[in-house]
Amino acid sequence: MSRLGASAFALAALAAVLPAAGPAYFLHLLIQILIWASVYTAWALMGRFGFVSFGHGAFVGVGAYVPALLWNYFGLTPWVGIPAGIALAILVAVVIGYPCFRLRVVGHYFALVTLALSQVVLLTLVAAREITGGSLGFTPKAAGHSWYALQFPEKTYFYVIALMLWLLALSVWRWIDGGINREALEAISEDEDAAAAIGIDVLREKLRITVLSAALTALGGAIYGQYMMYLNPESVSGIAVSLQIVFAAIAGGVYSLLGPTVGALLTISLTEGLRVWFGVTFIGAANTIYGALLVLCIIFMPQGIVGTLRRAMAARAPKAAAAD
Amino acid sequence: MDIFLVEAIINGILLGGVLALLALGLNLIFGVIDVVWIAYADIVMCGMYVIYVLYTHYDVPLLFACLAGIAGMAAFGVAVHLLIIAPVLNSAPINQLLATGGLLFFLQSFATLLFGTDFRNIGVRLPVVEVASIYISFARLIAFLFGLIGAVALYLFLKRTYIGTAIRAVAQDRDIVGLMGIDQRRIYLATSAIGGALAGLAACLLVLQYDVHPFIGNTFGPVIFMICVLGGLGNMIGGFVASFIISQIIAIGGYYSNTELSYVLAFTMFIILMFVRPRGLFAR
Amino acid sequence: MLSLSAVSAGYGSFQVLFDVSLEVPRGEAVGVIGSNGAGKTTLMRVISGLIPLRAGTMTLEGLPLAGLPAHRIVEQGIAHVPEHRRLFPRLTVEENLRIGAFIPRARRRFAAQLDRVYALFPRLKERRQQPAGTLSGGEQQMCAIGRALMSDPKLLLLDEPSAGLAPLVVRQVFELIRRIRGEGLTVLIVEQNVQQVLDVVDRAYLLEVGAIRLAGTADELKGNRFIRQSYMGL
Ligand SMILES: Nc1ncnc2c1ncn2[C@@H]1O[C@H](COP(=O)(O)OP(=O)(O)OP(=O)(O)O)[C@@H](O)[C@H]1O
Ligand SMILES: [Mg+2]
Repeated sequence: MSRLGASAFALAALAAVLPAAGPAYFLHLLIQILIWASVYTAWALMGRFGFVSFGHGAFVGVGAYVPALLWNYFGLTPWVGIPAGIALAILVAVVIGYPCFRLRVVGHYFALVTLALSQVVLLTLVAAREITGGSLGFTPKAAGHSWYALQFPEKTYFYVIALMLWLLALSVWRWIDGGINREALEAISEDEDAAAAIGIDVLREKLRITVLSAALTALGGAIYGQYMMYLNPESVSGIAVSLQIVFAAIAGGVYSLLGPTVGALLTISLTEGLRVWFGVTFIGAANTIYGALLVLCIIFMPQGIVGTLRRAMAARAPKAAAAD
Repeated sequence: MDIFLVEAIINGILLGGVLALLALGLNLIFGVIDVVWIAYADIVMCGMYVIYVLYTHYDVPLLFACLAGIAGMAAFGVAVHLLIIAPVLNSAPINQLLATGGLLFFLQSFATLLFGTDFRNIGVRLPVVEVASIYISFARLIAFLFGLIGAVALYLFLKRTYIGTAIRAVAQDRDIVGLMGIDQRRIYLATSAIGGALAGLAACLLVLQYDVHPFIGNTFGPVIFMICVLGGLGNMIGGFVASFIISQIIAIGGYYSNTELSYVLAFTMFIILMFVRPRGLFAR
Repeated sequence: MLSLSAVSAGYGSFQVLFDVSLEVPRGEAVGVIGSNGAGKTTLMRVISGLIPLRAGTMTLEGLPLAGLPAHRIVEQGIAHVPEHRRLFPRLTVEENLRIGAFIPRARRRFAAQLDRVYALFPRLKERRQQPAGTLSGGEQQMCAIGRALMSDPKLLLLDEPSAGLAPLVVRQVFELIRRIRGEGLTVLIVEQNVQQVLDVVDRAYLLEVGAIRLAGTADELKGNRFIRQSYMGL
């Protein structure tokens, strides 16, 4: 599918889901979907090769908090702050990833180490409450409409930024798909020993994809922070965010380019839809249904939505051919 | 030595008793069924609510409310296995993690729907015991004792009964237990029931010390995983020992700084230990 | 007592057994010989219900076995000593034996069965509290056979009981099999040790690439030129 077709598809689907919503709200939703779709795609860069990280919440958190803190305390522009956040995220990814890959921490163990990482970032943000505001959250100083502060009261600016972010994420995916690294990574995900035996530098390949994934995730976190103008440790880091990323990506399907985007589209419009439907009287109802759907989805559609659809279409195609 | 440090160490040991109970339950399930129940701490949360509701709303005596909590969570464990684990038993491990992760999300939201996000308390205040000018909470003492009793009971069950021996056999070689006349599915159900019951027992002990709220599982769930991995996933004795190590780190760390930082310390030590001893502290 | 007719089985899309028919009369010992990969283990697994049979019928004393899961087949009176013994390494010897008596019928007679097994294998009694994984190869084989006997079976399936053992121990194992037979148990035994197995069994089948190639009494097969050349190196 072409990129143009892809975005058209996303827009059309959204328009179908929320026909009655007002334009501002619609745009707000679209921006969120695009930002999270980028983060989920970034996660799936690793996830599709079986490197399942439960620690991406950490990278979102670092990416979001670093530029905001630098802005408030040192007046440093996010144009520098965001790269600084990304650099820190890369550092964290290497510090955790290098020994993990070196010492062959895989499977459950990798999932749990990365889970611990998300908690470390969350709890550090909470513990440093004098600087970060702790669980009360953190609000970057407002600067009105400013390119220097990367703050725009008009949503259309962030819509374009989010769209560019999303296209960047898709291009990174495409780039890996087309490159020779993809075969190396596939070989590693099949069998690390065999891959090493045929001369693949397992450590370097894994580290490279992890760094790429972490950097893109941190960028997503940064844009999210700039857009929301409010950060809370619980909503940008920790287990909850990590799980949300893993779920949505897997629900959409990690083996296809648009899978994670479909995951974002569905999970965000579902939570929003349920929230609007139930209102505030039944707090928790939306997430209850969401949780139940997640479980059902994983039991009945382990390939994700896109994977399942594709398989269903593939199953129908030969029949149609036979009928001719 | 500083009297408050001694107090912290003692409280750490007492906390270790409850953590050990949960680590045993999680390790048992992992060792036998080969699935990690990410939502294990949230089953404890459900147990706490059951006890809370029975005791405060229906005036059930606390002891019976606790027994109902244990029985209820045992049944819940079976239901979790039948509805969520059994269908994904042959899927990729990651899907199993996610299915129980979805359950975590579901349980927390459902509890929010039923009870809101308020902190609730059963309103039982147990006395504080003073020994040589060290203050020890009676509730923690009880929790520690019952944690140990639960662990010993589990040990005897696994060691002395046919079902217990069969459970250990399944953990060692699941493919051939059928040849012994063992129905693997029934062993899985029994294991899930025991795991649930242990969570129920932990709920009884925690409800005496802490307020219940829908997200209480998030505070100690990750700690339990850490303990299990440190002890070596599936290694029951390792998990038991690791409980006391981690609880000491948390207690002493909390004494020198604040609670969050003591957890940060515990998680960081965990990550480092994973690199030094990737198969757990006690791997042979 | 055990009767297979036109049995087919395999793994996934890979068929291993083709139309295998075989009879194990009550009180007799029957051998199945064949080279590596012939499907001998697969045949044993089908009989004990570890893998389903795709076609054909299988009966024990006239009762159909097909479709029963492994744990129900044990209750019908078939005990299987699997290839490579497969003891539970971290359970003690006695716990392994106790697991062998898991089915209710055997549980009730646990003490008597345990005495019987210890009488047969005094070594196991000496080592009863030791983890089974620390036993020597020969002791492990005894423990595996003992574990199977604990269920008080009518039919004992032995999959390569002599594999990986020193010649002296191999002779001991065959001696034991002879004694077990002497107690009136029916035995089906898979072996690559053709010479020795033909000395303990009454009748034998030759399995080649998943099909029965030859069948006959032990003496007939011992005298068969093809068997002597290809399987006994004579
Ligand atoms: N679990 C399995 N999945 C797929 N194929 C299998 C499996 N087990 C065995 N096979 C295949 O089935 C065929 C028969 O195997 P089987 O183990 O029955 O042979 P065997 O006669 O017992 O050999 P051996 O003397 O080496 O024990 C072999 O080609 C083997 O590769
Ligand atoms: Mg074999």
